[in-house]
Amino acid sequence: MEDELTIAGTVVRSRLITGSGKYLDDRIIKDVLEAAECDIITVALRRIDFDRPREGILDHIPKGKILLPNTSGARNAEEAVRLARLAMAMGCGNWIKIEVINDQKYLLPDNAETIKATQTLSKEGFVVLPYMSPDLIVARRLVDAGAAAVMPLASPIGSNRGLATRDLLEILVDEMTVPIIVDAGIGRPSHAAEAMEMGVDAVLLNTAIASSDDPVTMAMAFKYAVRAGRLAYLAGMAGVSKTARPSSPLTGFLEI
Amino acid sequence: MSLRMEIIVNGQPRTVPEACMLDELLAAQAVDPAQVVVEVNRGIVSKDAYDTLRINPGDLVEILRFVGGG
Repeated sequence: MEDELTIAGTVVRSRLITGSGKYLDDRIIKDVLEAAECDIITVALRRIDFDRPREGILDHIPKGKILLPNTSGARNAEEAVRLARLAMAMGCGNWIKIEVINDQKYLLPDNAETIKATQTLSKEGFVVLPYMSPDLIVARRLVDAGAAAVMPLASPIGSNRGLATRDLLEILVDEMTVPIIVDAGIGRPSHAAEAMEMGVDAVLLNTAIASSDDPVTMAMAFKYAVRAGRLAYLAGMAGVSKTARPSSPLTGFLEI
Repeated sequence: MSLRMEIIVNGQPRTVPEACMLDELLAAQAVDPAQVVVEVNRGIVSKDAYDTLRINPGDLVEILRFVGGG
């Protein structure tokens, strides 16, 4: 079945996007990406560690993947723009995940500043994927500002609580035409499957795989969950009823 | 002995030889230029300018690289 995801004109085979953070040993990332069969991986930009000047995450990411740097650490639009420009100057493509956070307890994104950063960066030629609180009006403003997709959160980053924002995500699925990538809070494969069943276009997760006892096997579990959810969405879900509806015929019973 | 100057690298004061070029500064810190992006005084330096950009006393240098992140 042809079922491609296109983001800003680029065809993406996998609807599972993974992060590269929190691994005890970054050497496992290559195997995780292979098990997840994912095309897009996120990275962050930080000051170099002079005690380990030669270490870099890029050594562990196979060629051919789409690198999605984030602007984590940005507290406002100006800082996000600065980080995005620095990320572009690394020479690894023009995709950027805008992340503007100034709340340290819940790590919720600042939607207003995110819209501002999206405006500036999309004009500069970035493929802008903004991390956002799932609000329809904000999603529309982000698209007006040039976002290539929207990335609403399922629940707070790293919380593994699943689709706490389900009703709001459903509104986005109903109304938005750009790809919807559910980002943050997906803790289990069943959460990913549930999001995909709803009709979102992709999911982005990091902690659920990286903090598993066996990240490679968990990556595989998420791959199947995302596929299962997507196929179920495409197939169309059967209706729900309060009372039973027999699956076997109610005629032709054996006489007793 | 060559003259030395103070600059700020990633928020920390550092003493380096006077009239050093950016590529020399990176080499002195064992940094692989391919793995980093550099800002000098808030301006991004393109990679082909590393060997022609002279570092001056008091310059604010930021050297960043990609790390794991979500």
